[in-house]
Amino acid sequence: MTATALHTQTMVHFSRKRMAALALPVIVLAYFAYIFFAFDIPGLGDRINVGNARTLVADAYSYKTHVTQDNRDGAFSVAIEGERKGAYEAGTAPDWVTLGDRPVADLGGGHIVTFGPQVSYDIPGYGTVMAEPGQRGVQATFPPGDIPDYISASKNRVMINTEAGRLTITRNRTEVFKYDYGWELFFFTLDSPYHGLGPVALMGRAFSGEAGAIFHDFWTNRMWRHSDVAWALYETLLMAFLGTFGAAIIALPLGFLAAKNFTPLRSLRFAARRMFDFLRGVDGLIWTIVLSRAFGPGPLTGALAILLTDTGSFGKMFSEALENVDGKQIEGIASTGAKPLQRYRFGVLPQIVPVLLSQVLYFLESNTRSATIIGAITGGGIGLLLTQAIATQKDWEEVTYYIVLIVLMVMAMDSFSGWLRRKLINGDEGGH
Amino acid sequence: MTATSQTDPDLAGIQENYLALARSKRWMNLVLLILFVALLVGGFNTAGNRNAGGFWDGLPNILDFPADVIGEAIERGHLLPGYMAKYLPSLIETVNIAAASTLLGAMVGLFLSLMVTRGLAPVPWLVGPLRRVLDLLRAIPEIVIALVLIFLLGGGPVPAMIAIALHTIGALGKLFSEVNENASLKPVEGLASVGAGWSQRMWLGVIPQVAPNYISYALLRFEINIRASAILGFVGAGGIGYDLRNTMSWGQGKFDEAAAIFLLLFLTIVIVDQLSSVFRNRLTHGLPSAKVTL
Repeated sequence: MTATALHTQTMVHFSRKRMAALALPVIVLAYFAYIFFAFDIPGLGDRINVGNARTLVADAYSYKTHVTQDNRDGAFSVAIEGERKGAYEAGTAPDWVTLGDRPVADLGGGHIVTFGPQVSYDIPGYGTVMAEPGQRGVQATFPPGDIPDYISASKNRVMINTEAGRLTITRNRTEVFKYDYGWELFFFTLDSPYHGLGPVALMGRAFSGEAGAIFHDFWTNRMWRHSDVAWALYETLLMAFLGTFGAAIIALPLGFLAAKNFTPLRSLRFAARRMFDFLRGVDGLIWTIVLSRAFGPGPLTGALAILLTDTGSFGKMFSEALENVDGKQIEGIASTGAKPLQRYRFGVLPQIVPVLLSQVLYFLESNTRSATIIGAITGGGIGLLLTQAIATQKDWEEVTYYIVLIVLMVMAMDSFSGWLRRKLINGDEGGH
Repeated sequence: MTATSQTDPDLAGIQENYLALARSKRWMNLVLLILFVALLVGGFNTAGNRNAGGFWDGLPNILDFPADVIGEAIERGHLLPGYMAKYLPSLIETVNIAAASTLLGAMVGLFLSLMVTRGLAPVPWLVGPLRRVLDLLRAIPEIVIALVLIFLLGGGPVPAMIAIALHTIGALGKLFSEVNENASLKPVEGLASVGAGWSQRMWLGVIPQVAPNYISYALLRFEINIRASAILGFVGAGGIGYDLRNTMSWGQGKFDEAAAIFLLLFLTIVIVDQLSSVFRNRLTHGLPSAKVTL
């Protein structure tokens, strides 16, 4: 009798469990279905910009050199990424460009572009395209047969896109893009005497007394701006450091105010806790906006925004840690006739410092990330450089560079704070 | 008497040693403290110099903007409920971004956490590489991924969702794997002995043990992700952050709408924090009667 009752009861229990186990995935699935339509994910296919994606990926590992001829006055120039900072001086060119009356650019693989009043492009396997830019547009002649897809030609513009590069001819300008792997001019720009030297040659020069000059040329590289980037990283770390430790210093006394066993006055405790909730609730974003109105963009604004938000978080955590303090140790200190300040110093602080320090150091790492984000909003540090590089929409190699630096910085901060935590806290425990 | 005279030089030596140690430690601490204060003060000075406006110049103005916003909000207080209703859909979008990315991140993070826990991982040699992947996901700030995705996909909630979800995978994957390490292996072995596959062992043997901790961590992440979602909106990824930037750019005289958004955001964060803290307390302490932080 009891066995059957138990059996039915168990079966009911089982089926209820099974229903619950089924309900959870169904709810999650239903929610994702809602999100799928609320976020218009079906329309994503239309919005995605494949061209942008291609530029981004290609720029991340390659660079392009612009070879430009002004078709009105015949002026000829070669510049990396088409920037003035990367321009070859007049009369000089990379070795694949032959200067002269009719300059020739050898794009490799048999692709040869000859400049001049009449521009010609030898495309292996197709033939030679001749084009004559002039007042009335671009007169182009193609080899017999159909014009392939990679050539687009109109009255005013001829564009040829091959795997070796790209040739664009308009009435005013003939331009060739050649793509190469790597981040060009990363160490030295073209105006530096050290450009193009190998590491061995550089070491030799460095040992013969030019180390300072070599470093100077690297540090003041106008293309990659290494000194600015280093400053930006330093600013970001500074924001995180000042914000975190400033907040910890302010939150410590306030934490005592909010702890039940240190502040018997209920109203004071209540006020302190509401203040922490307010500081955390307003959140870093709003603090950043408010503070940047008063102080303008820069690292100080970011540091203060982190400081305010974290004062709330630390205050709450510290007061909770203080409420868990062991009273016996304080009594013991008091029994030796210690004054209140000494009781705090020797009874309370040794108990909570390891806990607090560990929390503060955890925050230091996450605040390095926050500082990057706040920098992007308010304008300071590496976050600002990143948003600027993204806004120009062409310096994707720099975006990649900054992203790598940010990741390395956060990881370094993570290991540093972990190392410090182990060192400080284990050291303290060793004394017991 | 003889005993004391025998140990006396020893005792004196120990005492002297101890005092010397204590003194040198106090000196070390003092030096460290001075160094730390110097770093802090010097840092604030540097930060102040690099800032567009200095600290002391800006300090008197710190209340100007809040005063403007609050003043305008009070002046046109009767409009606030209307504005709040107007921006409610954006708020829901922000919360949805956070919720969807937390859910997505928790699900993938759960799977990855099982893959990187020694003793549970089905492919032991993948533990190391996958941990590095989690480290990498955790190290990239959301805004970096979001900005790149906005360039590719255009504005809207999807870039923010993906960016936050990726970060959440990294963060929760690590926390979950720490939880998994404390799970008892006995149920897993029991299940293995009756021929259960890896997914069955995990689903029936590990997850029921650690689900409360998982949920607790996921709720904490949800709190964080709501803030992140608002911030990403500010750089163009939709939701209430985007509206906030727009209303802010209208400038003085139009701050009443910004005030409504500030208020909505503040209330949402506080309510979600409180609710999640109640839930988490219930999960860790068992009973709802357990104390809830005041």
